[in-house]
Amino acid sequence: MKKRYLFMLLIIVAMILSACGDSTSKSNNKDNGGGEKTLVFGRGADSIQLDPSKVTDGESIYVTNQIYDTLVRYVEENTEVKPALATEWNVTDDGLVWTFQLRDDVKFHDGTDFTAEDVVYNFERWTTSAEFTYYGYMFGASEDDMGGIIEKVEATGDYEVQITLSEPNAPFLQTLAMPPFGIASPDAIEEHGDNYFKNPVGTGPFVFKEWVPDDSITLTKNEDYFGEVAKIDKVIFRVIPDNGARFMELQAGTIDIMEGLNPQDIATAEGDDALQIIRRPSMNVSYMAMNMDKGGPMSDKLVRQAINMAINKDELIALYEGVGKEAKNPIPPSLWGFNDDIEPYAYDVEKAKALLAEAGYADGFDITLHTFSNPRPYMPQPKLAAQAIAEMLKEVNINVEITESDWDTHLATVENGEHDMAFLGWTGDNGDPDNFLYVLLDKDNATVGSAGNIAFYKSDEVHDILKAAQVEMDQDKRTELYLKVQEIIHEDAPWVPIAHTTPPLAAKSSVVDFVPHPTGSEPFNLLDIKK
Amino acid sequence: MLKYITSRLLMLIPVLIGVSILAFSLIHLVPGDPARSILGEKATAAQLEALRNELGLNDPYVVQYGRFLGHILQGDLGKSIQSKESIGVELIQKLPATIELAIFAMVIAIVIGVLAGVIAAVKQYSWFDNISMTVSLFGVSLPIFWLGLMMIWIFSVTFNILPPSGRLTTGVELNTITNFYLLDSILTGNWVALKDAFLHLLMPGIALATIPMAIIARMTRSSMLEVMRQDYIRTANAKGLRKTIIIFQHALKNASLPVLTVVGLQFGLLLGGAVLTESIFSWPGVGRYVYLAVLGRDYPVVQSTILVIAAIFVFVNLITDILYKYLDPRIKYE
Repeated sequence: MKKRYLFMLLIIVAMILSACGDSTSKSNNKDNGGGEKTLVFGRGADSIQLDPSKVTDGESIYVTNQIYDTLVRYVEENTEVKPALATEWNVTDDGLVWTFQLRDDVKFHDGTDFTAEDVVYNFERWTTSAEFTYYGYMFGASEDDMGGIIEKVEATGDYEVQITLSEPNAPFLQTLAMPPFGIASPDAIEEHGDNYFKNPVGTGPFVFKEWVPDDSITLTKNEDYFGEVAKIDKVIFRVIPDNGARFMELQAGTIDIMEGLNPQDIATAEGDDALQIIRRPSMNVSYMAMNMDKGGPMSDKLVRQAINMAINKDELIALYEGVGKEAKNPIPPSLWGFNDDIEPYAYDVEKAKALLAEAGYADGFDITLHTFSNPRPYMPQPKLAAQAIAEMLKEVNINVEITESDWDTHLATVENGEHDMAFLGWTGDNGDPDNFLYVLLDKDNATVGSAGNIAFYKSDEVHDILKAAQVEMDQDKRTELYLKVQEIIHEDAPWVPIAHTTPPLAAKSSVVDFVPHPTGSEPFNLLDIKK
Repeated sequence: MLKYITSRLLMLIPVLIGVSILAFSLIHLVPGDPARSILGEKATAAQLEALRNELGLNDPYVVQYGRFLGHILQGDLGKSIQSKESIGVELIQKLPATIELAIFAMVIAIVIGVLAGVIAAVKQYSWFDNISMTVSLFGVSLPIFWLGLMMIWIFSVTFNILPPSGRLTTGVELNTITNFYLLDSILTGNWVALKDAFLHLLMPGIALATIPMAIIARMTRSSMLEVMRQDYIRTANAKGLRKTIIIFQHALKNASLPVLTVVGLQFGLLLGGAVLTESIFSWPGVGRYVYLAVLGRDYPVVQSTILVIAAIFVFVNLITDILYKYLDPRIKYE
């Protein structure tokens, strides 16, 4: 009996505690006195590792972009580059040897000096294991050749680094600006060994302070930052898995800014004076690829053009619920080299039928469309989009059979070329058109089993131009080449380009000077919180 | 008794071996590639192959299972292939969060559920009986994510009296010892953290308690109704014993056997299945940990965590069985 009373007592104590908590819990965010400015960023998932060279997930990169600097950084609005750890650079005429002058006034967060040797150390580290995913992927490393196109990296002075490539690479600078190539403190790497990913040390505008897994990551401002010192004192990245709950936290004021809004919450935020919607410029594309490798109707250009005309893009864009913009090219408009003169195929069922008849398919045909079950950043409702396309193609007598699988299975299927038509999308890495066009539409990447080009589009003309653009160091000439390639691709129609998404963020109105970057993350040293 | 407990503990071994085989086969049956989920969609075929080799995913299943079992026998739960962190270390952080929430929810569920059930039984067909049983019917059928979001909307957004999520307000310091925050704040005499942790427990605790509370209330009611019709209760009434003593001492004790069974099972469920609650309230517990591991095809995490949860589940059931004897001395364990 006594135990039962104890229980009751506990509950009563609990109730009293909660009652007296009410009045004070209101001030539970921000300002721990002293007018300190803290930005709380709400997001759906935790970082995996805080060693940017080993990760590919946006949640890790977002945080490490605050802690580390790269040799060059992207400018605020787009993917052109500006000096960061390197102040200036030049490249030999053959495009093979890059020389970087480094800043001589930079210290890592652990107090050690930043020198050319540290850059060499980092580059060498990235060639020691396949774990350094982005290095291998961007520079073409393989098990036999861990360096890829980078032949050697030498310190030619205390503050001068020379990088020798085995072949010219026009997007090289833009690639170096990617957060995975952030320069880490060699001392810290040696000291922490396998645990370095939890103890990151860079030179960036914020210093790592604490990581409570699945809960929060706290950074404090780097007072000695060589660039613009942050206006806010602290950044807390908080994990709030549910989109709806996260938005409510923004309304309740416990977070300042968030990503991953439910579409229906956009209107709510727009109607609320205390909140603002910030749209991130797109650096992605979603498309339906038509497999030209299997023979049959898909290998006929007229059929592919007809399918482009038979699809009403407005209906597909509606599925994006306000965060998608119709695509007409494989690259998003935020990239230089985007060909705005291209006229997208207009929705015209009759013309589509005529083209199909011309190609000898007046009675139509049966075909498969492969889609995936989980939403992707560039495609929020893949299943509904597939059903919509099936309905539209029925109008021109094409009978679509939809196959839906989970993401991993889907990738394997389309890379193996088992599909007739398939949905896929791409998010750019370094903001260079090459990173879209070559990866997704060059014949080099149409290898069954590991295809990036899942239309298996093998145009020699396109290939020659793309290869020329990779070694051309003159930006204007490169732009010309990419404009031309987009024309050819439009005519050959290996895809139905669908949409570019502009992922919205919601923030308190008090957050100012937040400029969203197309790459998906931006350093927080420039933004401010108005009191 | 001791013999019984020993034999039950020994029985754990075949149970856990069975669970380990099941966990291993299920996660390997699910299509998907851990190497792909680590390296992302942009990895090259060569990178994927290299990582698969490194992780031993190309070995025959029997070899992989043997390796897993070998590590477990040495007390090593393995390492997460996503975070590279030791699973033991991660569980020490996450299990207490889940257990704390589960115990809190069970306390709410038992206290309110049993009380409601008893009153409903004693006043059968009264307005209280009708209302509480209708409410409990809602309780079992209420989707937790909806209830959770509504609670956040009402108590955090509209009235701003409860923190919407997490275990502690950012900025509140707490030196963790056991990772049970209530316990840690009491041990360190940190009353600010105690209050804060308690307030954070309220909403997820209540949300998680709804289903067990409803089940317990209904179970208590029916069990009590049965006992209240027994001869010895009539005798007690005839003797003029006080009503509360009859109900709480004589009837409830005998009626609580089936209730206890439900409590044990529900508690086990809460330990493993609080994924939704943990997601809505950003509670960094085991449910979400396993859920994310399944999505990321983190085989070692899924296997080891399921094993640990199964062990706890079996253990909780053992305790329930021992409590039976305390409630009903006629029960003999041989």
